Amino acid sequence: MSLDKQTVAKVARLARLKMDDAELEERVPQINTIIKWVEQLAEVNTDNVDPLPSPVDIGMKQRKDEVTDGNCQEDVLANAPESLEGFYVVPKIVE
Amino acid sequence: MSNAPSELTNLTIAQALKGLENKDFTSKELTQAHIDSVEAHDKLNAFVTKTPELALQQADASDKRRASGDAKPLDGIPLAIKDLYCTKGVRTTASSHILENFVPTYESTVSQNLFDDGIVMLGKTSLDEFAMGSSNMTSYFGNVINPWRSTSAPDIELTPGGSSGGSASAVAARMAMGATGTDTGGSIRQPASFCGISGIKPTYGRCSRWGVIAFASSLDQAGPMARTVEDCALMLTSMAGHDPKDSTSADIKVPDFSAALTGDIRGLKVGIPKEYRMDGTPAEIDALWDQGIEWLKESGAEIVDVSLPHTKYALPTYYIIAPAEASSNLARYDGVRYGLRIEGDNLIETYENTRAEGFGDEVKRRIMIGTYVLSAGYYDAYYVKAQRVRRLIAQDFENAYKQCDVILTPTAPSEAFALGQEEEDPIKMYLNDVFTVSVNLAGLPGLSLPTGLSANGLPLGLQIIGKSWDEETVLRVGGVLEKAANFVAMPDSSILKAA
Repeated sequence: MSLDKQTVAKVARLARLKMDDAELEERVPQINTIIKWVEQLAEVNTDNVDPLPSPVDIGMKQRKDEVTDGNCQEDVLANAPESLEGFYVVPKIVE
Repeated sequence: MSNAPSELTNLTIAQALKGLENKDFTSKELTQAHIDSVEAHDKLNAFVTKTPELALQQADASDKRRASGDAKPLDGIPLAIKDLYCTKGVRTTASSHILENFVPTYESTVSQNLFDDGIVMLGKTSLDEFAMGSSNMTSYFGNVINPWRSTSAPDIELTPGGSSGGSASAVAARMAMGATGTDTGGSIRQPASFCGISGIKPTYGRCSRWGVIAFASSLDQAGPMARTVEDCALMLTSMAGHDPKDSTSADIKVPDFSAALTGDIRGLKVGIPKEYRMDGTPAEIDALWDQGIEWLKESGAEIVDVSLPHTKYALPTYYIIAPAEASSNLARYDGVRYGLRIEGDNLIETYENTRAEGFGDEVKRRIMIGTYVLSAGYYDAYYVKAQRVRRLIAQDFENAYKQCDVILTPTAPSEAFALGQEEEDPIKMYLNDVFTVSVNLAGLPGLSLPTGLSANGLPLGLQIIGKSWDEETVLRVGGVLEKAANFVAMPDSSILKAA
């Protein structure tokens, strides 16, 4: 499976990475090299093999559904590029 | 002060704890000697952020605790913290432009555990950006330099390895007595091997990942780097433990890992995987491995041939799973809540501008690969397929451990290589982790320790891989190998003389 420039542009869009034409041109062969390399997994027989999402089976824990943290608005906003009156500020999204 | 600074910086953590207890020196003296060493080795660029004032305050507090009889297990020991661990009030960058000015308002669980046990923090060490790399060349803050030099090309600066390259360089150059690292595919063990120090990646779930900036969540694990196996054991005892804030951290009692170093491995079965004899591995690496086998045999261990048949698929599996998880984890850097923001005409453009400007080339490459393999229509063919092969890789180890207690392999397929050349082919760089990635995929503990020098006078390490939750046997074998190897070589003296 080989990716063309249009597909790489679509992936960049999905990944929210701005890329100009020159960068797209440069990335197409790089990405294809890696994708081609990982495709060697196709030769492994994985019939009846379940996926392994996590290496150690420790099970999900449950805890009481109660508030254990919070009331730290200042901490939460401390690193915001822009904030106002306790809110994050973003560019206008409604025309 | 009764001890010259260089004597203080050459101590192991275990020796320094005795010296502090015997009042041979104070933590303030020990800390100052290391702060001076950090300054003297500035050109190695091991630190993104230095915290000497904080270190001296912490040393003072430590000396007071010790004087009043309240000394903690690591009280007064000056350590460096990889700049992937969030530290409250101290800038934490992941060596990325996107987090260049990020100052956490909370402390990672592992660094908090170390502070609770009395450590002094010298600063935050550099890494490959977001821990993605094996050379430290992807750091936004410039290359970290290995304190070792090749005898055949002494003018050439070498990589410390990566991603925990700043930590490895700092410990090897006697700037810090130990340092924290993280290991997603070899990021503790390969730099330890390149810099002639020890480092252990514990079992997945042994250390909390809370507050450690995420790269690939099913693979990431924190661990210690130090100059002896015993020092790694001391640090790991402090770092490990269950944390309710990390649902993947295991609720398993943490032993005193240093007690595992009994020196006795008689009757222990050591597996040698035939698939790790790879074409293209330098002969001196195979010779180092054979020497390690010989030493363990002489110490009473039984050597067993084992097979890990899916070894050749470990790297391609890793380079689907790790980028997939990374693309998801790094989606949070959007220029809204923290980190860099580059304004655009609308919100989407702000995201795109911020991420294009904030991430480096390798990070973007992995986000792109990860986004592609997770995208509609390809998810099963790539990501789920890789997870199935991952199970086969984990099963290989389970089968091998029916025959043996630990597995011995080389750590890295080469000595430290030269900095500076941008690798055209990313896959060549990925091959650095050929001996280490399987361990992350299977979630096992792996220790690297220096056991010899290359023909160029550069350190080379061997890796001991254990069963899940059996760091104790790994450390025990490491202790025996360390004693047999008697690795006393020091990094380039002209660099250290500056101290």
